[in-house]
Amino acid sequence: MIRFLVNRLLGMAVVLFLVCVFTYVIFFVLSPDPAVQICGKNCTPEAIDRIRANLGLDQPFWSQFWTFLTGLFAGRTYGTGANLIDCAAPCLGYSFQSSQPVTEMILQRLPVSATVAIGAAVLWLLAGVSAGLVSAVREGRFTDRFITGLTLTGMSIPNYVLGLSLQFLLVVTLGWLPFPHAVAFGDDPVQWFANFLMPWIVLSIGAAAVYTRLTRANVIETLQENYVRTARAKGLRPGLVWRRHALRPALTPIVTIFGMDFAGLLGGALITETVFGLNGVGKLAADSITKNDQPVIMGVTLLAAFLVVVGNMIVDLLYTTIDPRVRVGSAT
Amino acid sequence: MTFTPTELEAEGAAGGEAIGEPASSSPPASGRRLVRTFLRDRVAVACSAYILIVILMAVFAPLLVKLSGYGPLEFDQSAVDSNLGGLPLGWGGGIGADHWFGVEPGNGRDIFARIVYGARVSMTIALLATALTSVLGVVFGLVAGYFGGRIDMVVSRVMEFLMAFPALIFMIAVLSALPAENRQALLVVVISFFGWPYLARIVRGQTMSLKQREFVESAKASGASSAQIIFKEILPNLSSTIIVMTTLAVPGYVGTEAGLSFLGVGVVPPTPSWGQMIASSVPWYAVDPAYFLFPGAFLFLLVLSFTVLGDRIKKIAESGEARS
Repeated sequence: MIRFLVNRLLGMAVVLFLVCVFTYVIFFVLSPDPAVQICGKNCTPEAIDRIRANLGLDQPFWSQFWTFLTGLFAGRTYGTGANLIDCAAPCLGYSFQSSQPVTEMILQRLPVSATVAIGAAVLWLLAGVSAGLVSAVREGRFTDRFITGLTLTGMSIPNYVLGLSLQFLLVVTLGWLPFPHAVAFGDDPVQWFANFLMPWIVLSIGAAAVYTRLTRANVIETLQENYVRTARAKGLRPGLVWRRHALRPALTPIVTIFGMDFAGLLGGALITETVFGLNGVGKLAADSITKNDQPVIMGVTLLAAFLVVVGNMIVDLLYTTIDPRVRVGSAT
Repeated sequence: MTFTPTELEAEGAAGGEAIGEPASSSPPASGRRLVRTFLRDRVAVACSAYILIVILMAVFAPLLVKLSGYGPLEFDQSAVDSNLGGLPLGWGGGIGADHWFGVEPGNGRDIFARIVYGARVSMTIALLATALTSVLGVVFGLVAGYFGGRIDMVVSRVMEFLMAFPALIFMIAVLSALPAENRQALLVVVISFFGWPYLARIVRGQTMSLKQREFVESAKASGASSAQIIFKEILPNLSSTIIVMTTLAVPGYVGTEAGLSFLGVGVVPPTPSWGQMIASSVPWYAVDPAYFLFPGAFLFLLVLSFTVLGDRIKKIAESGEARS
């Protein structure tokens, strides 16, 4: 078990390191000189040099990268003498546009993204698994075919098309829901729910469709297994057969992809947040792209990669407890 | 996140795994029967028809635009009401004999022409990306699966790395950092770069089981080279898997291109693309829903058609294998 953990942690570190290198190379080699951008209109060569020195852009690539990496773990300082700025531990640098620390900007936006992601995840798990079960129970009949048709539609509708359509229908035409904006749960739970409902639906629809299909396929497959037949043959009540023998193996794969999907969402539901104008991490990334604010884009990319990698690892660990057939380490 | 290639393909992958072993035994002779099964399926035929229409639209775009009378970049100030901030004159965003699908608010560009030219962009990018991912996926999958050992380890690690990557954010980041020239080619490269592991993983798995079979043994014994065995013996047996996987990948790529263009890092204006049209319709959708409706419906139906078609082809391939 410990060996497995160490291996996984090492693998994780390698992936994250490569993500760092990748993003760093792309931003700081391929993109236009940030110092010129920051300097603005009344720029002199001296001013550009000063900004370069302050940001450490005058250093060679590898030393810049090294400073960035150490900044992530131990913090770093910008500038010299009286202009010294301290950037604490997970230092992702400063925004070229607003001069705010990137870490702080992301942390500020994280609650909104988390609300959107968690709500959507709850919705798609509930909807997906239950629709999949219904579909599996009624296999081949009208309900099953209807649900299958719905899932294909759900998988196909781009979420900005769905988002804008819902907004047009529910907000502009019918006036049933407010135009989404982030309301704190503590202030007004009802408004909070009404405001986040559309983003949740939009964000969850695609995943719900995929989970429905997966659940259906897995349950149908498990019901054909020999041990389910044995359980039925020995006279076990149908309810117990389902719960004890069919559902558990059928739902295990769902856990795996759920972990990855959810972690992916936490890094910012870019399109959904943009469509509804919710100030989450995804919107932050989208805005930074239009403003060419590289440190922020890079910070969000790293955060997203980090979450996906950590999510993967948690799923692997969970898997060993959910599925007794995969007991890590017991074999070696 | 409907438009990321991963979800669709991950599911396709799960299904593809199920095809697994029997894929090798499907005789190519059953092709005609499969076609007949397919033609009897009305939904599948409707989807193919819609895809065909979009392809024809893309191919004959200049001709169609000549028929309708307005080019995709032509401004028509007479079709919009400058007193109302450029809202199109007439019903449904200016639908009429002059402008079949109405005009864009503001500058009065013809929506029909932009849809037709947008189809060109969407189809070209999606099909080229599919072609490139298929080549990469098949070659890397075959090589990793056939040779095993260190080559397999390297390819597998690269695939794991790419699949663990937050592909969408990264695609956006890369596209925003790179210069805007040749954006269409860049889109194809970036989409394929993150897309090939999903196919390669499955090709690898099947190659690994296929190379244990007798016909590979006998080819080896009769002195065939590795390249001959891979491409002449193993590859033909993977054809149904590859067809299913690539059909399932196309809608993902159509959606990804539209999504990236929607976010402003895809196709650069003034070249029209459906995603970009939807993005620019956002400020107008409350007063001029038609501007949003046309590209939205075309895009949704295209993705839906490809998805349904992929699903049907997969089912037919599976049932064909079960019977043979």
